[in-house]
Amino acid sequence: MDDLYREVIIEHYKNPTYRGVLDPHDISFEDENPLCGDQIRIDLRVNDAGVVTEAAFSGHGCAISQASADLLLESIVNKPLEEVKKISKQDLLDLLGLENLGPVRLKCALLSLKVLKAGIYGLGETDDLLVEEEE
Amino acid sequence: MMSQTLNVDQIRKDFPILSRRLHGNKALVYLDSTATAQKPVTVIRAMEDYYNQTNANIHRGVHTLAEEATAAYEGARERIAKFIGARHAREVIFTRNTTESINLVAYSWARKNLVSGDVVILTEMEHHSNLVPWQILADERGIRLEFIPVTEEGELDLLTYQNLLELRPKLVAFSQMSNVLGTINPAREIIEMAHRAGAVTLIDGAQSVPHLPVDVQQLGADFLAFSAHKMCGPTGIGVLYGRRDLLEAMPPFLGGGDMIKRVTLRSFSPNELPHKFEAGTPAIAEVIGFGAAVDYLIQMGMNNIAAHEHAITRYALDRLSEISGLKLIGPSAEKKGGVCAFTMEGIHPHDIAQLLDREGIAVRAGHHCAMPLHQRYGLPATTRASFYLYNTFDEVDLLAEALERAKELFG
Repeated sequence: MDDLYREVIIEHYKNPTYRGVLDPHDISFEDENPLCGDQIRIDLRVNDAGVVTEAAFSGHGCAISQASADLLLESIVNKPLEEVKKISKQDLLDLLGLENLGPVRLKCALLSLKVLKAGIYGLGETDDLLVEEEE
Repeated sequence: MMSQTLNVDQIRKDFPILSRRLHGNKALVYLDSTATAQKPVTVIRAMEDYYNQTNANIHRGVHTLAEEATAAYEGARERIAKFIGARHAREVIFTRNTTESINLVAYSWARKNLVSGDVVILTEMEHHSNLVPWQILADERGIRLEFIPVTEEGELDLLTYQNLLELRPKLVAFSQMSNVLGTINPAREIIEMAHRAGAVTLIDGAQSVPHLPVDVQQLGADFLAFSAHKMCGPTGIGVLYGRRDLLEAMPPFLGGGDMIKRVTLRSFSPNELPHKFEAGTPAIAEVIGFGAAVDYLIQMGMNNIAAHEHAITRYALDRLSEISGLKLIGPSAEKKGGVCAFTMEGIHPHDIAQLLDREGIAVRAGHHCAMPLHQRYGLPATTRASFYLYNTFDEVDLLAEALERAKELFG
């Protein structure tokens, strides 16, 4: 019915691996997309070497935003935070296998990355600049 | 199936956009008129003719173009005043939209008449445009906000309203038709009750004026706010209707050209109504387009439009409720206008809207600028299909079939 809803998206939406909360956690952040109310919280556990050992997300939203969070967390476990900070908008879209997302759905897809980065940088709020195309 | 009240096939020919095809030659099925309505060719042409033939600034010029532009602008005001049953054209103030109209009342009338501790009654089903201006005022002035609750069925709880009126509110501001539930509220009764308690009333008519016959005298309305773009007119132009004595006693809202009678370096005296509230060069072409939109609606007949939407909504509610896992919110067909908001088990509203879009069907997903109402129902978002005079029963079938397919995909 639609190329946006590829199997990988539907699968991660319906059966996410990383859904849940971590308590205690080393990093936790949550935010929502004010345009549509999608909401995501991400919790991380990080070891002394600065490597992400565990990750979980919670919240609610559309298939794109939720699958994006699951795929993103899958990609960061066992990675150093310094490397996670470098994940770009394009990296995430590649993970999702999505091209040509319209401006509205792009916000859904990128919410998890914004939340993740705001949490890692210890910012009080998310900022679109965190996921703007760099370089 | 044909509507008995309107020749919809003929009407559709008046709207050029409705013949658009998208996503591989699929006919556009436009079910988002609650967000903004499509425009008939008469409205588009009125604005084009104005720019091609008449364009000039109004009210001051003496040359031919300026006189013609002024006559067209003020002529539209008179027709719009008549359309809503106002006693005088000067009771019709042009604003940008419903939101600005409500803000005008909040900034001008309320700041003059309300003091700390005064009560303003709103409802739980308000659009953000009839919540936030009052929240700003509450923060600034210590105004107390109270809310008429919404029942599970999506109607206002008028018994609680009766009790709230014992607080002797200064203002009751409410939507005549909900943009999510579709509920048509008993405006006349709400206003009568408010007046008995000594309150002034403001109707948010953003949804009601485009879809129902609305007569301010018959309703006893004090203020009525609405937008052109939801009633086949252009964006960027709206109206605040205000009872003349209320408007006369209000201080100006925005200051500048056209709203003054005399200006010295340190003072001004305001112009008379309606110009007192129309500072600066207004949206002249848009007002003229608005006039053409009202002419079009009058020609079709507001009673006919309401009857057609009623029939199509009844049909849509029947069709949608056959889909398992689909849950509609809002009252039954007799009590609502052409708005169907729903959720589907296991599919987020955004995904529904996206899948429908690929079939050429335009609906809206989200909280529809009514977050508190969604909180009331414990829903983060809904999908909303809405209807206007140009929608057909066949389009409802297309919607229902596409929803079945979306369900299968997410099955």
